[in-house]
Amino acid sequence: MEQKENEKSMDSDSETMLKKVYEKSIDPASQTILLKAKQEGVETAWDRYEKQLPQCSFGQLGVCCRNCNMGPCRIDPFGEGAEKGICGATADIIVARNLLRTIAAGAAAHSDHARDAVLAFKKMSEGAAGSYAIKDEAKLLSLASEYGIPTEGKNREKVASELADALLLEFGKQTGSLLCTMRAPEPRLKLWTELGIVPRGIDREIVECMHRTHMGVDNNATHILLQGLRTGLSDGWGGSMIATDVQDILFGTPQPRMSTVNLGVLSRDKVNVIVHGHEPILSEMIVEAAEDSELLKLAQEKGAAGINVAGICCTGNETLMRHGTPIAGTFLQQELAVITGAVEAMVVDVQCVMPSLGELSGCYHTKFISTSPKADFPNTVRMEFHEEKAYETAKEIIRVAVENFPFRNPEKVNIPREKQECMVGFSAEAILNALGGSPDPLIEAIKSGAVWGVGAVVGCNNVKIKHNYGHVNLVKELIKNNVLVVTTGCNAIACAEAGLLVPEASELAGEGLKAVCKALGIPPVLHMGSCVDISRILVLSSVLANRLGMDISDLPVAGAAPEWMSEKAVSIGAYVVSSGVFTVLGTVPPVLGSQAVTALLTRDLNNVVGASFAVEPDPFKAAALMLEHIDGKRKSLGLNSDR
Amino acid sequence: MKDLIIRPERCLGCRSCEIACAVAHSKSKSLFSALGEQPAPKKRIYVDCSPNLEISIPITCRHCEDAPCVSVCPTKALSQDEVTSIVSHNPDRCVDCWTCSMVCPRFLPLYRLIRVIGCWTSSMAYNRGVISRQTDAGVKCDLCQGRDIPACVEACPTHALVFYELEEIPGTKLPETTSELTG
Repeated sequence: MEQKENEKSMDSDSETMLKKVYEKSIDPASQTILLKAKQEGVETAWDRYEKQLPQCSFGQLGVCCRNCNMGPCRIDPFGEGAEKGICGATADIIVARNLLRTIAAGAAAHSDHARDAVLAFKKMSEGAAGSYAIKDEAKLLSLASEYGIPTEGKNREKVASELADALLLEFGKQTGSLLCTMRAPEPRLKLWTELGIVPRGIDREIVECMHRTHMGVDNNATHILLQGLRTGLSDGWGGSMIATDVQDILFGTPQPRMSTVNLGVLSRDKVNVIVHGHEPILSEMIVEAAEDSELLKLAQEKGAAGINVAGICCTGNETLMRHGTPIAGTFLQQELAVITGAVEAMVVDVQCVMPSLGELSGCYHTKFISTSPKADFPNTVRMEFHEEKAYETAKEIIRVAVENFPFRNPEKVNIPREKQECMVGFSAEAILNALGGSPDPLIEAIKSGAVWGVGAVVGCNNVKIKHNYGHVNLVKELIKNNVLVVTTGCNAIACAEAGLLVPEASELAGEGLKAVCKALGIPPVLHMGSCVDISRILVLSSVLANRLGMDISDLPVAGAAPEWMSEKAVSIGAYVVSSGVFTVLGTVPPVLGSQAVTALLTRDLNNVVGASFAVEPDPFKAAALMLEHIDGKRKSLGLNSDR
Repeated sequence: MKDLIIRPERCLGCRSCEIACAVAHSKSKSLFSALGEQPAPKKRIYVDCSPNLEISIPITCRHCEDAPCVSVCPTKALSQDEVTSIVSHNPDRCVDCWTCSMVCPRFLPLYRLIRVIGCWTSSMAYNRGVISRQTDAGVKCDLCQGRDIPACVEACPTHALVFYELEEIPGTKLPETTSELTG
């Protein structure tokens, strides 16, 4: 009797546990590992989120200022307490300044990533980074001509060297504006010029943000936010675009290919090496070193059937796009990957790497290897990576992983079954190729209404939204309504895990989109790359707008970041909206403490840059907002707007 | 009975309790929606700072029925409205004897802290300031009826506010007699 009762209570315990796990993620693989985490008593981001609740209201509203040491100051949102900071800054000023600093941090992250890519490119051209080579000569030449570099009679290394110098100048430019902005449609560039928000030097805009938000400098919310738009543009049409271009030259412009995603890509009998972070500079070498015969032999000696490299976050997207290297998961799956107990090495570079991985790796046999000279973490094995010895370092890293294989504890291993096929590699070039070399077929499909519009869905994971719930449902809703979706970053991985990146997913699309996808043999959701590759989306929309002789803001296009969390996402939001694309955010940015800033972002920006933000956590309602926007644009273009 | 206990030594002065209180007493009960409400939701808890003690103290009054602070006040500085049970404080009659704080479970930990520190000059000014402010606003702490835990307790990141049976917290059991306290 007693035993029965015990069983009963255990059942209800595990039932609650299961229920809790289902509330956290829609992805079965993640649910399996979250349950394992609970059983093993290991902490994840979701547990730490619960401990943070309720979160600070001042922080959520953006009304706390720490910019000088008279403070910290905060404004009482309900008007009973302080209405101004000590310096006299109102909620409007404080919210705007905080937002500007966030944009600056996001732009800095993307652009500093770009700088490293260019520096590696420069070293390669001078023969100082022998592990790298020029993989896309056509792109090198086309970029050289864009930057006004004569190519005749020069070898390609010389061209690359001169191009690298020209690109580096963009960072410290003191006069004129960023060259990539010339790729924007003419009316857009004209608008930016009139508003005075054409970005100048990449670094300069970020520095100016920090200057303006220093105590006692820029204290007009609108004026502050215009600098936010300019800084965002210096990312999208500067840093990010340069990163994409240079990485394409160095590692090849992505072409459609098949791969697999989700935690199930981890191998039972091979050495599992995860590359996590954002830059391809290292992960490209890791992928290569994993095929090194000497290391494969060592793996065999250690009892492994081979070496399996898998990605997480955007460094994963970079190798996925160019080599079809499988991806183990999105941002919120980084800890889960370690908890499978099957990861020999978690190799990280920069951005979106949780410091919790250090302690977590200690619970398993995983070696947590940090490689960037910029990014150290608690409890890591430091293996600093420099381009000069790129391949050697990559080999050393793989060697550490291989030698760690015998320490894998089979009793602690649980690799989920889920392993989903996906079609990836849709660079702007690849999409135009698929269309037969011209954007016309897509334009015709949009005109006929077969393709109702284009949705750009991007961004992170955020524990505030059930893992992948926002991403997958929003995208499904869009394709159901014949909106072709282009995706990058963790949205792309989430969609891949949900099986939306295979041509067969067109069955989930509306009739019009389904027919187009079937004719071209493409999925209804096109993976365009990492988060810096949102620049590819800008280029593609410019191609469409230019072909039609209009502005990006005239196109039936809408954007969304359903589960965003990082500062980079704020910078992205700033440049996507400044480029004329209406954007729906799935989590609330910390701006609601100022009515003026909120009104500007969600309404008044329309009159300034022809697009604005909306906030909608419910993915179905968010999709409805995007569709409504696309309907409106179709109507203005004189196209059928009656769904 | 459970009550809200103030542990001033843990308060960092972040005012999260104030906002949570206002939101809990708003129409929408949601921070983002409460922002635009008219009339603006009113808080029942105030973080005051005590410069002499160099601490911040969240202060909130429940205006209990048959309020013990009122009954023990030797100078009748505290009085209670029979209908609304709002406790009022008349600073002209107050001699700062602190007897009221000794009988209030919410303030007992503060009283003990002050006794330990040996600083007697700060105290009641803040306590009664809050009581009068709440009197003016016509609002009182209702322990967030309808919620399991009062919003301020839930919002406090350092557990300076806790919601417990008085007996559960060491040092918060009310003394039987005044002499027990002073002795």
